[in-house]
Amino acid sequence: MRIAADQAPFARIDRSRPVRFVFDGRSYEGFAGDTLASALLANDVRVVGRSFKLHRARGIMGQGAEEANALVTLGEGAATEPNVRATMIELTDGLVARSVNTWPSARVDLGAVVGWFGLLLPAGFYYKTFMGPGQGAWHIYERFIRRAAGLGHAPRATDDRRYDKRHAHCDVLVVGAGPAGLTAAIAAADTCNSVLVLDEQTEAGGSALGMPDRIVGMVDRLRSAPNVRVLMRTTAIGLYEQNLVVAVERMGDNTADIRLSAQRLWKIRAERVVLATGAIERPLVFDGNDLPGVMLASASATYAMRYAVACGRRAVLVTNNDGIAKSAESLRMAGIEIAAIVDTRPSSALAPDGIEVLRGHGVVRARGRSSVTEVEIAPLTPDGKQFLPRRRRIDCDLIAVSGGWNPTLHLLGNGAGRTRYAPEIACFIADDLSPTVAVVGAAAGELGEGYSVRPAWRMPAVGRGAPWRQFIDLHNDVTVGDLALAARENYRSVEHLKRYTTMGMAHDQGKTSSVNALGILSEAIDRPLAALGTTRARPPYTPVAFAAVAGRQIGALYAPKRELPAHVAHLGCGAVFAESGGWMRPMHYPLAGESTADAIRREVLAVRNAVGIVDNSALGKVEIHGPDAAILLDRLYSNDWGSLAVGRARYGLMLTEDGMVFDDGVTARLSDTHYLMTTTSAGAGTVVDWIELWLQRAWRDLRVFATPVTHHWADLTIAGPRARDLLGRLSLDMDLSPEAFPHLAIREGTVAGLPARILRASFTGELSFEVMVPARSADQLYNAVMEAGRDLGITPFGVDATLILRAEKGHILIGLEADGTTTPDDLGLGRLVSRKKDFIGRRSLTLADRLRPDRPQLVGLQSDDDRVLPGGGVVWSGDSKLGHVVPMSSCRSPVLGRCIALALIAGGRDRIGSAVTVTAIGSQHRASVVSPVFLDPKNGRIYV
Amino acid sequence: MLILPCPWCGPREETEFACDGEVSSVSVDPATASDGAWADALHNRTNRKGMHREWWCHRRGCRQWFWIERDTATNQLRNSGLPGTES
Ligand SMILES: [Zn+2]
Repeated sequence: MRIAADQAPFARIDRSRPVRFVFDGRSYEGFAGDTLASALLANDVRVVGRSFKLHRARGIMGQGAEEANALVTLGEGAATEPNVRATMIELTDGLVARSVNTWPSARVDLGAVVGWFGLLLPAGFYYKTFMGPGQGAWHIYERFIRRAAGLGHAPRATDDRRYDKRHAHCDVLVVGAGPAGLTAAIAAADTCNSVLVLDEQTEAGGSALGMPDRIVGMVDRLRSAPNVRVLMRTTAIGLYEQNLVVAVERMGDNTADIRLSAQRLWKIRAERVVLATGAIERPLVFDGNDLPGVMLASASATYAMRYAVACGRRAVLVTNNDGIAKSAESLRMAGIEIAAIVDTRPSSALAPDGIEVLRGHGVVRARGRSSVTEVEIAPLTPDGKQFLPRRRRIDCDLIAVSGGWNPTLHLLGNGAGRTRYAPEIACFIADDLSPTVAVVGAAAGELGEGYSVRPAWRMPAVGRGAPWRQFIDLHNDVTVGDLALAARENYRSVEHLKRYTTMGMAHDQGKTSSVNALGILSEAIDRPLAALGTTRARPPYTPVAFAAVAGRQIGALYAPKRELPAHVAHLGCGAVFAESGGWMRPMHYPLAGESTADAIRREVLAVRNAVGIVDNSALGKVEIHGPDAAILLDRLYSNDWGSLAVGRARYGLMLTEDGMVFDDGVTARLSDTHYLMTTTSAGAGTVVDWIELWLQRAWRDLRVFATPVTHHWADLTIAGPRARDLLGRLSLDMDLSPEAFPHLAIREGTVAGLPARILRASFTGELSFEVMVPARSADQLYNAVMEAGRDLGITPFGVDATLILRAEKGHILIGLEADGTTTPDDLGLGRLVSRKKDFIGRRSLTLADRLRPDRPQLVGLQSDDDRVLPGGGVVWSGDSKLGHVVPMSSCRSPVLGRCIALALIAGGRDRIGSAVTVTAIGSQHRASVVSPVFLDPKNGRIYV
Repeated sequence: MLILPCPWCGPREETEFACDGEVSSVSVDPATASDGAWADALHNRTNRKGMHREWWCHRRGCRQWFWIERDTATNQLRNSGLPGTES
């Protein structure tokens, strides 16, 4: 309920600005300055969700990032954000939120009826059921578990809000704008050029918000300093090497205007980082400590002072430390009756005026149906392990607990420092900090003058079921019972324990549970806490929407789209495009009403019988210049190179150092010291990198340069028996006769008025000229060819037809049969391995493994059932597995009228003539092993 | 993400670079090496925890290679140099 203005005089809500919102379908009112959590508490909404596993009613337990219970789905439609903590949601007019993990609502949850199901899910349930002998069980349980577990739903519609990224550099970055952060920032502003301050709250002040005096003037002073920038609503989610801090800024209420960013991801480089991240209070672990109405004492104080909200009328405070005095003072000031303070320590200096302090007492259990109505307490034995008989019940609707404080040091998890256990304040503090990172305030373990604490990791359990109601991790429903079971099963390493019990693995990453779990484990296995170590906190500190990480790099902006230089001409020819090797390439060119298969078949036949044109501009092109160019090629290619005459070209294989084929292409000699190398499309970049690596790191004495020119030259290939006739019709200043321009030669001149290089080389198995012209003239050449070849039957063909044409010829394709595990000999290209010279990969070709007779070898397959063989299918001889059908090599050959494919099978060449079986999911085929060259083995169609 | 010092361009973001792993200290003569020694030199690396020397190329910048010493546990960077001075 809301507290009168005079009892919370420094509250940060604006009572003149009421805000309406909807939670679980009901309408409520709060004030500007509220969070969703404070507004719900002000409206006495105590149950805000159901627990993950057991579907127990849960209420708000914290006030910030530590909140483990109050997860809501925020918004509606495409802008829905699941699993947001109600404590971190700024209340805005018209806000709509729903509780998660509940159906139909948090108050009435049908899942709770089957709460027994949770009893079947003790520690290690997932491991035992799904990773042990019964691992098939997942299929049976999955649907049930997923429905029972359900944690919000991502929206299905596209979120059309904008998410942006920004970069910033500063001398000093202060994370946290509480009193310590503000003090550090003011000091830095005096001596540094640029200071950046981040805070996840809507306003600066941290723990001082709603309190008198402590930060008066500090914020104004910072805001007026010209060298200081303050970013509110901004959470630092990770601190990485070299002081890279990644932060997410929520842009507040601008959902109405989609032109504005919803969130910004900041990448900040800071010379120095100051962590003023404060500390998070620990809960206490007792029977029923998950009941709504049990909350962190500091959170109840914050609600009272900052938001003017009373979380109850009558409170019992439970503590093991002196910090509770401050919370008690706040609650009392707000008019909340404090029935008693239960202090687990036998003696303490705690003595607030007029409040009964029950020293050496503990909580037996919290009682209440859907929220706290009373607490049962009893004196503890001096060691705290058992209760003494004199139990007592106290009426209350709020149990405000403090189990001590944990400095917030999650950002140190990525290398900026470590943490060590400090027994004197019973928490982990920073250790071994990077020299450019500092920790100040509560984060540095400064928990107040004379702060004293004595750990009470858990209260004694009374009754057999009690340990299963003593919750450690509220979100994942991990109890003392689970932890004790895991310890009995010998899970002693903290990292194992965490994964086995799922403790600390929820959205809050154990902010309120990890240290308690360590303390309880340390007692259970009787090892000092400091010796247990901790699990490493990993980014992000709080959950981040994928949209914020993606930013604007989605949809069309995800990756640049490369179009071929003759793209417009292809469009004009009706091309169907697909991305291949990083380019948008024509797959085929269907005529009106023509099926894809018919189009591909027509294109193949045109190339075999007349003439076709294909855009090979994506092929990599590299100019090699220098007196040592021939030496370079000799070392790069496995075949001999030095003897190539000017004007001639040669096909070559490049191997990696382990002897595997990694690229191929035709390279032509333009002059004594100048070559034009072509590579595969996908290899265009990697081959140049490869050459540079060797030239810079190994062969620095070679006088040669390699210059990529792929994008400079279009390459339109004219292929087919009529290719020469067609090319001759374009105004041409070169002799195309076979004598003057033989296969594997290059000529420079002009074609159709354009400067051109023509390379006679063939991938299709037909007479073929690759005509290279400056990229900007590609459309012009394309149109000229189409015009000149009309009566010859010129047919544009795409990638699909090319795949068939090459399969019929058994020409290798890098990335398919040359998949990085095949040598030249495996591919039937042993003749391209020089015995006279050294080259990259040579030594590896004589490794014993490369000489095995059962190596995979490239062969042809011919279907004996007249069915297209499955690409990727497994090839068998009887019961022995021989290899596989090369993907994308399988087709019904239009000229042969048979179904053919290429395959890599063990000792394949010796099996030519034998019968095999090919299987794929749902099909079985009979096939014969044949030569991989199905068509024109003597190359008579090329050499014309 | 690291900021790496390109010897030619100065400090640049890691996304501009390509790493080629540690500078191999094994040198074998392929003509005489046994299969085992050759495979070892090709495939095996020390994979040290701590400072080691590794190759980087300013792939999306000047395309030049250099080596640098980096602590594999902390990402702390130390000396660097041009090819030819790596061993
Ligand atoms: Zn550079």
